Amino acid sequence: MSEAGKAKMGQPMNRLEDPKLVTGNGCYVDDIKRDGMLHLDFLRSPYAHADILSIDTDAALALPGVVAIYTGADLADKLGPVPSFSVPGNFFNTPDMHMLALDKVRFVGEMVVAVVASDRYIARDARELIKVNYKPLPAVTDIEKALLDDAPLVHESMGSNRAFMIPIGDAEGAAKALEGADVVVKERLINQRVIPNPMETRGVVAEYSPWDNELTAWISTQAPQNLRRDFAKFLDHPDAKLRVIAPDVGGGFGPKGAVYPDELMTVYVARELARPVKWIEERQESMMATTHARGQVYDVEMGVNRDGSIQGLRIHMLAHMGAHYGANTPVTAMVTAACITGAYKIPHAVLNAESVFTHTTCIDAYRGFGRTESSYLIERMVNRLAQEIDMDPVELRHKNFIQPDEFPYITPMNNTYDDGHYEVSMSRALEMADYDALREQQRVFRAKGRYVGIGVSSHVWRASFRMPDTHGTDNWCIGGWEKSTVTVSDNGGVTVTIGTCSMGQGIATATAQVVADVLSIDTDNIKIVEKDTFAAPFGNGSMGSRSMVTGGSATLLAAKKARAKILRLAAHLLDSVDDELELKDGCVLVVGQPEKSVSLFDIARLSLRGQEEQPLNEEPTIEESAVYEIPKFAPEFATHTAAWGTHLCLVEVQPATGKIDILRYIAVDDVGRAINPKICAGQIHGGVAQGLGQALMEEAVYDDDGQLLTSSFLDYCTPKATDMPWLEVDFTETPNPTNALGVRGVGESGTCGASPVLVNAVVDALSPLGVTHIDMPLKPEKVWKAIQQAQGDVQEASRHSQKTPRDSQQAQPRPQQEQHA
Amino acid sequence: MIPSQFDYIAAQSVEQATRLLEQTQGAKILAGGMSLLPAVKARLNEPGLLIDIGKLDELVGVSTGWLGRLKIGAMSTHVSLIDHPDLTAQPIFSDAARVIADVQVRNRGTIGGSLSYADPAADWPAVFLALEGEVLLRSHKKKRKVKAEDFFISMMTSAVASNELLTEVAFSLDSKRAGNAYIKHRQPASGLALAGAAVNLVVDKKQRIEKINMGVSGVNAMPFLARSLSEKLQGGVLPSEDALQKLCAQVDECDPLEDLHGGADYRRALLANAASRSITLAYQRATAA
Repeated sequence: MSEAGKAKMGQPMNRLEDPKLVTGNGCYVDDIKRDGMLHLDFLRSPYAHADILSIDTDAALALPGVVAIYTGADLADKLGPVPSFSVPGNFFNTPDMHMLALDKVRFVGEMVVAVVASDRYIARDARELIKVNYKPLPAVTDIEKALLDDAPLVHESMGSNRAFMIPIGDAEGAAKALEGADVVVKERLINQRVIPNPMETRGVVAEYSPWDNELTAWISTQAPQNLRRDFAKFLDHPDAKLRVIAPDVGGGFGPKGAVYPDELMTVYVARELARPVKWIEERQESMMATTHARGQVYDVEMGVNRDGSIQGLRIHMLAHMGAHYGANTPVTAMVTAACITGAYKIPHAVLNAESVFTHTTCIDAYRGFGRTESSYLIERMVNRLAQEIDMDPVELRHKNFIQPDEFPYITPMNNTYDDGHYEVSMSRALEMADYDALREQQRVFRAKGRYVGIGVSSHVWRASFRMPDTHGTDNWCIGGWEKSTVTVSDNGGVTVTIGTCSMGQGIATATAQVVADVLSIDTDNIKIVEKDTFAAPFGNGSMGSRSMVTGGSATLLAAKKARAKILRLAAHLLDSVDDELELKDGCVLVVGQPEKSVSLFDIARLSLRGQEEQPLNEEPTIEESAVYEIPKFAPEFATHTAAWGTHLCLVEVQPATGKIDILRYIAVDDVGRAINPKICAGQIHGGVAQGLGQALMEEAVYDDDGQLLTSSFLDYCTPKATDMPWLEVDFTETPNPTNALGVRGVGESGTCGASPVLVNAVVDALSPLGVTHIDMPLKPEKVWKAIQQAQGDVQEASRHSQKTPRDSQQAQPRPQQEQHA
Repeated sequence: MIPSQFDYIAAQSVEQATRLLEQTQGAKILAGGMSLLPAVKARLNEPGLLIDIGKLDELVGVSTGWLGRLKIGAMSTHVSLIDHPDLTAQPIFSDAARVIADVQVRNRGTIGGSLSYADPAADWPAVFLALEGEVLLRSHKKKRKVKAEDFFISMMTSAVASNELLTEVAFSLDSKRAGNAYIKHRQPASGLALAGAAVNLVVDKKQRIEKINMGVSGVNAMPFLARSLSEKLQGGVLPSEDALQKLCAQVDECDPLEDLHGGADYRRALLANAASRSITLAYQRATAA
């Protein structure tokens, strides 16, 4: 099946990972079993806010098979606070979270007691026997109520539920720009709280060997090296003796990017008891206690002139934090702020970020964190402006896009874009849709009384970034670089060790494609080693669409170094010079003299001879490492690369039921060079599914007492395959000039595009009724109510206009609008 | 999802199952397990003994008799009732079975289990009411029949006593100038009905509605028969679309639940939509025959 010689990069190869995974032969954390393994279960708080008066574990301890029980008091002297974004003295400083609640619980799902038993059933039975005496206290889960003077406080020591308030951008300039604009649209937008729900919940198997003090954790994570660091620090364990392995991971999506108290506890217990310990999160635990996402409310004012030029943007953002800081909790809000101006030249913008604690689980990263939120806001608002000044939303975008010759571009939020060609993707999407014909079709449908709408979004989003050094805290460690090592064995096989972390994306396949091309070998001869801190190089894991940009580029550089050495050795064997040689089908040939060749096998053998036999004093072995780091424009700016795309969607709304039929969905993304178009398309499919999920049906709902009402799949609505429209996916592969692979990132493009495009389409469908905005999720009931309301308004208006024709213009439903002459 | 300890027996006969049920404190019948097992795993239900009737082949299948008599074994899975050759004259079974939950549930879940569980948002209860069915309940020493209209007691409670096993669902169905249909609006997460309308009707030679029954799922705390609507429709031909929708928007028995997935007004609107469509479809089927 050798296809050596044919370029692999750019080919839609099947994923090398799939045969194992799709036949059920993968190895996830729960598949790992160790001799004498114990099982851990956690009693979690049923209250959102309560004092813990007493805990009685006697009956549970007496149950045969129970090995140990831990409460917060048992650990208070032994273990410090859980690693979080908060660092003393830092701007984001907040009170500590303890591994097990000490005297108070602050959200439903917070861990109170840990039970260790010989099997999972006994652990669970023992949990039932533990009696915790709580004194329930008033809770607050609503972000606005939390800021009222009489709101129950999440942390008394802070004196308020406000975590921080930062203005970002140019307040004065924005105020002036809005004053001067022809039209200012005010809108309140809600980006609702959602539950990420990877298919595989979190889980750990930990094992301790007292003989050599080695502590091993198999854990479902996106960042093994970050967890190694956190485990070592938290447990005060020698770093070099801590091995973290991510086996097959069933989806990460952000929540698995940081460490959690239950994971720390599992590793701690394994060391304490010197026995292997397993903890597997249940789905309900996952929904209650794994981090949630989004959860932002914005009051937006955006000014535009009648000619379509955007003048200014002013936003007040309320951002949910939850009850504590997880490892990255405030980051989503900060990234939202940084990216808020999207693909547009907005001369003046300001965002006032106010973050709020509530009695809920933490907010943290979720596919497209910050960028999905900012894309939603800006893409929604651009459409809102277009509706207001009666301009086609595509034309308004054309008028305000940052142009290719304006990069690198610094936004009013001090964000930099390396590169951008937004028109290219938009043109392709319009062409696929036959946009003008589609609008014509829409007019025909409308004339028949059907509610058909077209949505457009032209999102730009930064991939593969790190925060600027001055911004970071001790625990915020996502570098803008990766390292890769390419090793050629004595039989000519190639091993590539990388520091990124596959959780289902197909990183191994794409990496193998890069190496196969550089070394001109088949992917069958390549092994990718990753996700084991004893075997893989130091790396930053996989999040923020960084793996191919940083890891892929590092692999390219390392493979090129290996290639160079192969050619040097071959030149010696062939009595030739490097530049006369070419690598082809596992052989090095002299150009124009095909009879003169040497196999990779022979070169590899030569490389392993002793130093004295090496030509040109080469070191034995072909093992080459390289680091790739994204270039920085200036020290004060975050490093990242920009990707963009245009999504276009055609919907029909059923007025009787409020149901939305998605008739067409077109996604054109510029991911730079697509190393594997099939994998890229898969990433778009998954991202769009999650984006449409948020737009249409997903919402984490807490009641006023802080109970999570959507804590199972009976009530929390995740999109299923049958909910998905057919996706027409294409790529405009504008090579990224800042890295040699030319890649930009793909994983988060789908979520960035999908939620605004769907809402834009539905609002467009209902615009004849005067509907200007509906907040996500666009559940049929909500859409139906908006239609009922609007129809009522229209009838009211027409009755009114019959009486006094002169007033009819004012009676047009245009709420929350200010006009300046 | 770790259940508490329970005993398990795969019953070899209905006799054994009912005897165990009678004699064992806290025993529960396990049919398809699509509702019971999640509850057991979440410890919302902690049975001492699960009596699995999944191996009782005599409880599976459809049999037809004289005069439109139709019997469906309680352990017939939902999927087995889709396009069943003996049910071609009664398309309502396919209509309903097709839209129950998801593929996995349809493969395992059973009609008898669904009726016994009496979830107001399940689909079979509405069909059962519309078709004026009857169930056979067996206990260790007795058998009794219960009519559909007497079967649903309260939310999640049916007439099946703790010592009884539902073994069979029976119907006497008209075949001439008869039509039926089921249309529902799903709660998107669970697939249960937010509002569903099961309609069974017979028309006379002049295409006037001679008899009509509509069972409703998902709206109230219990499945119910919309008798007030039947009275308004009986004796006439199918009203115009607008008129029918207006009638269906005012079902007197309608007393909607309100929850995360739909308020009362919305459930009413969905019922109006499902009912008018279901009545129209049933009428078309009756008049086409």
